[in-house]
Amino acid sequence: MGVPTDRRYLKSHEWHKLDGDICTIGITKFAADELTDITYVSLPKVGKELTAGKPLGEIESVKATSDLYTGVSGVVTEVNSKLGDAPELVNNDSFGEGWLVKVKVSDPAQFEKLMTAQQYDAQLAG
Amino acid sequence: MLRTALYEAHKRLGARLIDFGGWEMPVMYRGINDEHVYTRTASSIFDVSHMGRFIFTGPDAEALLQHVCTRNVGKLKVGRSGYSHVCNERGGILDDVIVSRYEDRWLMVCNAGNRTKIVAHLQRHMQGRNVKMEDTTEKTVMMAVQGPKTMELFTEHLPIKVGEMGRYGFVTGSYMGQKYSVFRSGYTGEDGVEIVLTAATGAMVWDYLTQDGSKDHVAIKPAGLGARDTLRLEAGMPLYGHELNEDVDPISAGCGWCVDLEKDFLGGAALRAIAAEGPRRKMTGLVLEGKRIARQGTKIIAGDSEVGVVTSGTLSPTLGKSIAMGYVDSALSKEGQSLAVEIKDEKVAATAVPLPFYKRQG
Repeated sequence: MGVPTDRRYLKSHEWHKLDGDICTIGITKFAADELTDITYVSLPKVGKELTAGKPLGEIESVKATSDLYTGVSGVVTEVNSKLGDAPELVNNDSFGEGWLVKVKVSDPAQFEKLMTAQQYDAQLAG
Repeated sequence: MLRTALYEAHKRLGARLIDFGGWEMPVMYRGINDEHVYTRTASSIFDVSHMGRFIFTGPDAEALLQHVCTRNVGKLKVGRSGYSHVCNERGGILDDVIVSRYEDRWLMVCNAGNRTKIVAHLQRHMQGRNVKMEDTTEKTVMMAVQGPKTMELFTEHLPIKVGEMGRYGFVTGSYMGQKYSVFRSGYTGEDGVEIVLTAATGAMVWDYLTQDGSKDHVAIKPAGLGARDTLRLEAGMPLYGHELNEDVDPISAGCGWCVDLEKDFLGGAALRAIAAEGPRRKMTGLVLEGKRIARQGTKIIAGDSEVGVVTSGTLSPTLGKSIAMGYVDSALSKEGQSLAVEIKDEKVAATAVPLPFYKRQG
């Protein structure tokens, strides 16, 4: 069973879904499962400028704290405010309700360079 | 990597396995939080066979254990266990162990990661003494069954009167020719038992105990080392490699109660000096503001100065608060003291609280 094909991926397990010039970013189910119970998600403020390949925030679980990366540059337009009270949404629905941020992308070409679902699945399998 | 006799059962139950102290052990089955909550409300079973188990026999067995243990094990009655530290000459903690006194022998249970070190240490101090040590770790299994429903379920499952022994008591027996010991102890802050039995019977007993619940009783469910860690942390129990190491002494670690300064033992002189002066830093509980977790190594600060270091931290599933244990300068370790921890570049407010964070009812 592969990851959703309507989006692109980073090696560090973040997914990116582009609608017009707004890119939604989250983490894959594999990453959420690896982290185990997620306890806290630290996200940037709306308006913050993100740079492709750089950390956008942090995610904490019972086991560890990990950086979250963005594969696209742009300005944060929305953060998932539900995660403040319910970080477990990332565990329960990492590809849906557990999304992290929405970014207005400055260079859509960056999105096209990210891994396809097939490439990401191959990385997990390999 | 070593595997316990319950390895196949863990695989079958879908456990996630990790390397722990050289053993391939289950870190979780269904989820750390889920297993944690089930232990606090019902009953969980943990494979703890990776812990070292040594049997001592011979006329000098007691003298050897008195020499290496901080606790006065001579005061233990037959059928009783006691928590102790094993220290070096400087009073640094080599390991924390449980010593049990049988009619004709002694048992010491040590941490998996310290087994080789402790064997070497004991062998050094056995010289000139008439005592035999047998490492039975790989011939036996050990499982812990913990939680408020445990005693009732356990009595129902097995023909042993465990309810009649007090905390830290144990019983021994033999069933179909296989010897077992059942101890009323654990590392979760709940009531429960720990069982040692032959490796040959381990899987059978594990399967029997983990069978489905019925309308009459809840099931005993497996739990992994992940939940074991968050449970012991809520219960304020130290973990070797976190709260305890060779650069820390039992008195600073808040374990002075397992040290008998009156008796003669390894590290005794150093510990008497520390006790007389008072420890420089003390094991302290911290409750943090917010939900971020302070991991091992996180700095503890007061004003602009570094006054301590976090040894363990988690988001307490029972309390819903971020909790941590750490060493804090003695003057600043009093209950209610305002402190802060530095998580990444952020200062997070914290308050010193007494341990444990969680205490079971009754």
